[in-house]
Amino acid sequence: MSFLEYAPAPESRAILSLRDSYGLFIDGEFVDGRGTPFTTSSPATEERIATIAAANTADVDDAVAAARRAYDRTWSRMSGRDRGKYLFRIARLIQERARELAVAESLDNGKPIKESRDVDVPLVAAWFFYYAGWADKLDHAGLGANPRALGVAAQVIPWNFPLLMLAWKIAPALAAGNTVVLKPAETTPLTALLFAEIVQQADLPPGVVNIITGAGDTGAALVAHEGVDKVAFTGSTAVGRAIAKQVAGTNKKVTLELGGKAANIVFDDAPVDQAIEGIVNGIFFNQGHVCCAGSRLLVQESIHDEVVERLKQRLSTLRLGDPLDKNTDIGAINSAEQLERINELAEAGVDEGAERWSAPCEIPENGFWYAPTIFTNVQTSNRIAREEIFGPVLSVLTFRTPQEAIAKANNTPYGLSAGIWSDKGSRILAVADQLRAGVIWANTFNRFDPASPFGGYKESGYGREGGRHGLGAYLAPATAGSVSRGGARAVEAAAASAEERPARRRRTPKPAKKGAAK
Amino acid sequence: MSRLAVPKTYKLFIGGAFPRSESGRTYEVVKADGGFLANAAKASRKDARDAIVAARGAVGGWAGATAYNRGQVLYRIAELLEGRRAQFIAEIEDAEGATRAQAAAQVDEAIDRWVWYAGWADKFAQVAGNANPVAGPYFNISVPEPTGVVAIIAPQDSSLVGLVSAVAPALVAGNAVVVVASERFPLSAISLAEVLATSDVPKGVVNVLTGSPAEIAPWLASHADVNAIDLVGAGDLDWIDLEIAAADTLKRVLRPEQGPDAAAPTLDRIAAFTETKTVWHTKSLR
Repeated sequence: MSFLEYAPAPESRAILSLRDSYGLFIDGEFVDGRGTPFTTSSPATEERIATIAAANTADVDDAVAAARRAYDRTWSRMSGRDRGKYLFRIARLIQERARELAVAESLDNGKPIKESRDVDVPLVAAWFFYYAGWADKLDHAGLGANPRALGVAAQVIPWNFPLLMLAWKIAPALAAGNTVVLKPAETTPLTALLFAEIVQQADLPPGVVNIITGAGDTGAALVAHEGVDKVAFTGSTAVGRAIAKQVAGTNKKVTLELGGKAANIVFDDAPVDQAIEGIVNGIFFNQGHVCCAGSRLLVQESIHDEVVERLKQRLSTLRLGDPLDKNTDIGAINSAEQLERINELAEAGVDEGAERWSAPCEIPENGFWYAPTIFTNVQTSNRIAREEIFGPVLSVLTFRTPQEAIAKANNTPYGLSAGIWSDKGSRILAVADQLRAGVIWANTFNRFDPASPFGGYKESGYGREGGRHGLGAYLAPATAGSVSRGGARAVEAAAASAEERPARRRRTPKPAKKGAAK
Repeated sequence: MSRLAVPKTYKLFIGGAFPRSESGRTYEVVKADGGFLANAAKASRKDARDAIVAARGAVGGWAGATAYNRGQVLYRIAELLEGRRAQFIAEIEDAEGATRAQAAAQVDEAIDRWVWYAGWADKFAQVAGNANPVAGPYFNISVPEPTGVVAIIAPQDSSLVGLVSAVAPALVAGNAVVVVASERFPLSAISLAEVLATSDVPKGVVNVLTGSPAEIAPWLASHADVNAIDLVGAGDLDWIDLEIAAADTLKRVLRPEQGPDAAAPTLDRIAAFTETKTVWHTKSLR
């Protein structure tokens, strides 16, 4: 047995008591879906976990109607103090059931248990705890006195951090006084459904949180629904673009958290030990299924060889395998489709002349896996330097001067995040000033905190999640009119204009109210 | 015997210069009573693209100036507007058929709004930014930064105050602007450009196009090097299509506003064309 070999240390699945099938969570109850049910399975073993209901458009109607009722009758009339107390309850219930949620997350998503247990779930609890305290302090959110909730929020989230993205969406929405209909990703619905049970345990009024499962068409129907006032989406830039088009001309307020191709810039005076760990964390955390992943390593030419050599050594010690094993560093790729996408882009990298190196590790027989991979000799025009791979694949480029590093880092339509590694504070601050990205990590990477705003520049989306700014995404100033009724107005206007403008049925030709900024 | 007046040729304002439209086109601007006032340049798609190139080139320097400096430069514009007060009043009387008092009120309001926004330049980041108490040994701060190149369809029913109300807030945080003036009342916009040209605003920070918003706006909305579009004055256009075109590159969009309160001064108008950047840095004694 070498020092790298460990006895298996799997986290027990006994803590889970899953049902064989899950319905939709609408108006405080689990109900049958009217779409075709689907199966959620473990990407590590391809074994079935449970059957999940699919929401059709009638179910979406029901969920939005339930959220509207809850908004009108209960949640918008409740004091901020009481809303906050419900959120504190939820935060505590998440802490109490933390291990169960972590195991479920790793089972359904394929991420290592040490990440779901030590990062995802603690952050989920922290997010609810943070926003719980905001609920009765909205006058201080930066929108003036008595800001208003928007109404019903439609929230569509991705599969990479299923429960954490749920928390990012639901906690600020509820604190601000909105009710929500949330659709988790098709491949990772499990923890959202466990969260629905937590909502029941917290005795949250029915309809304040509704969770509907399904594929992309369910999400599209939810976003397009005329009864929603707010759309919050995290996912691909392509879908984000479609949503931005879909809501054009309506009064819906939108936040989009989309793709990225972050530069991780390493200067020659960087603290190398930390930088190596940071680079690894930046791109191999969560198998690289991270929108803000540091997928482009920009390393100063003079230390390129040393950094690449040390990275290879470090990657050779990473343990790939059973997500539930406490020693696992790299879990499973979330789905066959995603694995195919990673393979395709990696092949393109080879075809375009980059040099590929993959960590020597044993790939399990079943499930979806991809060994940590580094590409060197990458050109800025290569697809692997431009397109989001969303997998454990790092593209290494070089630079000579800070100006060149900045120019290369900004040479992308994305602008979500970036990293800077240097021991020189003045240079870090000057480079941070010039990077066109919403989150900059200096001498660290992939840190998240409910108090810290997160979100992109350019085609990485708009709006912020986290912190005071994230609260603002679910509020309107008191002077901005009754935005909460925007959905209803849109319906009326669309009906009124249907005859004059048949090609424009779903949109209102009326201008939005003043201050309807996105 | 009265003196024969010397009429002004009204041109575009792009990159600090006053070119005619490359298309060679002009259109007739008339007084409220229908009489001839001037031939204004009718900007083309190419003019719009030239203006975007100029704005892109200017954004780095303007955004990179200190907030104090931007505040002084913006305040200087208000000073120059005040000096040309009589000219603007006369133009508005002519163009809008307004009384002298109405025209004066519009000019005064425009100048005062400009002063209000100028004062925000070195305060906005304090109000919109944040120090964030994250759970770990990190320094963490959020600050607003300019979005970049902002295209503006100015309010169409006013000569000056609508234009100023749309342009000034976009400049506060350091954006560069391409603005399409009111089609009916374009002359104040060009006179404002003359003010800008003789103030300390760097070339290309503000670019003024006159002509048909319906013709120019689609090119601005779909241009990949425009980061945001303010449709405040686009209410009579097919603005939903403009918003859809803007979505292709996920531009930030402000929707149309109508009436006398359109583009009323708010902090929101500054915030709409900013991005929040959050910087984390480790803390350590080692």
